[in-house]
Amino acid sequence: MILSAFVAIAPEHKLRVIAPDVGGGFGSKIFVYAEETTTIWAAKRVGRPIKWTADRSEAFLTDAHGRDHATHAEMAFDADGHILGFRVSTKANMGAYLSTFASAVPTYLYATLLNGQYKMPCIYAEVMAGFTNTTPVDAYRGAGRPEATYVVERMMERAARDMNMDPTELRMKNFISPDAYPYETPVIMTYDSGDYPLTMNTAKKMIDYDGFQARKAESASRGKLRGIGSAAYIEACGIAPSAAVGSLGAGVGLWESAEVRFNPTGSVTVFTGSHSHGQGHETTFAQLIADKLGVPFDQVEVVHGDTTKVPFGMGTYGSRSLAVGGSAIVKAADKIVEKAKKIAAHLMEASADDIEHSHGVFSIAGTDKQMTIGEIAFAAYVPHNYPEDLEPGLAENAFYDPLNFTFPAGTHIAEVEIDPDTGIVDIVDWAAADDFGNIINPMIVEGQVHGGVAQGIGQALLEGVVYDDTSGQLLTGSYMDYCMPRADDLPSFKVEATNTPCPSNPLGVKGCGEAGAIAAPAALMNAITDALGKEIDMPATPEKVWQAAQSA
Amino acid sequence: MYSFEYERPKGISEAVGAVGEDDKFLAGGQSFLPTLKLRLAQVDKLVDLGSIAELKGITVSGNEVSIGAMTTHATVASSADVKSSIPALAHLAAHIGDAQVRNRGTIGGSIANNDPAADYPSALVALGATVHTNNRTIAAEDFFVDLFETALEEGELITKVTFPIAEKAGYAKFPNPASRFALVGVFVAKTASGVRVAVTGAGPSVFRQGDMEAALDSNFSPDAVKGIKTDASGLNSDIHASAEYRAHLISVMASRAVAAAS
Repeated sequence: MILSAFVAIAPEHKLRVIAPDVGGGFGSKIFVYAEETTTIWAAKRVGRPIKWTADRSEAFLTDAHGRDHATHAEMAFDADGHILGFRVSTKANMGAYLSTFASAVPTYLYATLLNGQYKMPCIYAEVMAGFTNTTPVDAYRGAGRPEATYVVERMMERAARDMNMDPTELRMKNFISPDAYPYETPVIMTYDSGDYPLTMNTAKKMIDYDGFQARKAESASRGKLRGIGSAAYIEACGIAPSAAVGSLGAGVGLWESAEVRFNPTGSVTVFTGSHSHGQGHETTFAQLIADKLGVPFDQVEVVHGDTTKVPFGMGTYGSRSLAVGGSAIVKAADKIVEKAKKIAAHLMEASADDIEHSHGVFSIAGTDKQMTIGEIAFAAYVPHNYPEDLEPGLAENAFYDPLNFTFPAGTHIAEVEIDPDTGIVDIVDWAAADDFGNIINPMIVEGQVHGGVAQGIGQALLEGVVYDDTSGQLLTGSYMDYCMPRADDLPSFKVEATNTPCPSNPLGVKGCGEAGAIAAPAALMNAITDALGKEIDMPATPEKVWQAAQSA
Repeated sequence: MYSFEYERPKGISEAVGAVGEDDKFLAGGQSFLPTLKLRLAQVDKLVDLGSIAELKGITVSGNEVSIGAMTTHATVASSADVKSSIPALAHLAAHIGDAQVRNRGTIGGSIANNDPAADYPSALVALGATVHTNNRTIAAEDFFVDLFETALEEGELITKVTFPIAEKAGYAKFPNPASRFALVGVFVAKTASGVRVAVTGAGPSVFRQGDMEAALDSNFSPDAVKGIKTDASGLNSDIHASAEYRAHLISVMASRAVAAAS
């Protein structure tokens, strides 16, 4: 749509995009890249198909980078430790060219989350976005929310240290209370639901927070520095009500759409606009249909990633697929149920009002007469005995535009042991207590948390784009120099979920894709700060940590 | 990659005869093939050494371990002979790169390339190894000349490396977090002629740390080297580590290599 409407590269009905089984996105594949536009333009120009492939070296140079803020922050407290105000001034690098979401990241997705999980009477945020000579900077897993969480949560731990309080107690004192929802913050957002004391207490228990001092002493006896650090994060996901983003200047609506099509023999094909690139939509969306319509799980096929097959979609990002795309599927399934009731009523000679539905079984209230959705689907496609005023077939589509953002939140606690001789940070324990609202597939959710935390750890410890001071040349142009987290950099994660259902979508879900990446950098840097007794900036490379440990 | 001729001889003399002025021998290709792919190098012909049986294998005789130039890191790492005679050498080989690199990369290819962050040069220098080529033998210390530079002449082929078995030896490596090459690697060997300490990763090429050797000669213990500093001037400094940090890590790794020595 962007290519047609804004770049005028090809009429929309002549443009077909096929993108099956893409390996991961994490933000960088959202954007319209000059290479894509150029390839289409060139193909039209020469009248031949053109293939364009970027290799890894090229991707390092041209794929949008993420997270480049310099921030000055001040937080005011009363004598009891209650927050009085928060003032933040941020300079955000846009790179040399403005990418698709670029300026939205440090503004709408950042400043609006500076309230964290707390009662903050007033917040002042000033963001200056600037052009530099770097690769464009745009959304990356979490987009703006990791940066907001980082500022808020580093400030909370710093404040606790300055006031000689336990950082978790300071947070507890300032949390929005679980009965205060909907809760309007001073920075636009209306939080939907949550229980922040519960997630924090859950995480503390998981990591045996109270036993930390004994573990620290044991580490010290081996010459090691042990630290513990938390991050109580919040994010705005399920992006987003179209009216809300429109009022903020977005050029598009942010709904999703779906078609649920029963085949004559009772299997189901779900067409979704939410592309799956490793998130397991095929599984989660099939579960939605299996649960709601009683169709065996393996009789549900989920189709995505081909613009001639699927209805419109606005994209998989901002942890929105289930909350927005899944809700569209549910809405379409609701329409199926309504139509099926009419068919069942006709076939069983009853009034549609008397038909009850549960998991694909339609029965006449108060009787033992019933039909299954499979029988009804067959009748809909072989309508020999069928209501006169009803269209044949059993396929429905729906568009869903959310009422509000969703607000996943939780607490992650990291525990580290630092070798002062080398500066190596060993992550010895990790507890993640997350509230994602209702959960459809726990294993997929846990996997998302693992992956998110791994990326957050990468950001905090290992990853960093470096340009040459004088030539501007990218120095971290390959994996020889750009350090990705690997399995042996990571601990085993302890992951638990609490649940306050989301009130603004029919599934009660909040989204889980970015949480780990949002929570992890702040939690890990707080733990490192606790161990060293002083602050350093990300990435906490061995040399930086070693230098800090020397003067600690 | 630019186009090139390819030859795969079966014998050493055939290989030496096949390589001309703008040609290269190909060993495991773990450094050279990526260089070709990135068009940072160009050759007329690649002479692949992979089919030359006499360049492969490990033998132990008397007080010497002999490793053929085309022996892979994985073979050295898993060799019962190496593990029992020079366990530190097997340990070093087991920690080069990743499994794929270890299955393809060879000792001859590694030392001929003389990457400043490669692991093997430290073992050769500390153990006092000898590099055998198709027409002479070269002492390890004379072999490694400078950054990516060795004593090899044009067209000269490494056939094997022989290592005297040390009384005790240990290797400790601080890997570059991204590439897992040695940011600093220290190989310590207690030999009949005294203790030798060789450092890789820290400088333009492998070097010996004389102060540490002297200290360990009188007291072979981890504490003996912990406080001995290395002058940072002349050491490598890059986005991963400053020269000062590398100098510090030499002391830490030397101490750990001594502790690990067996």
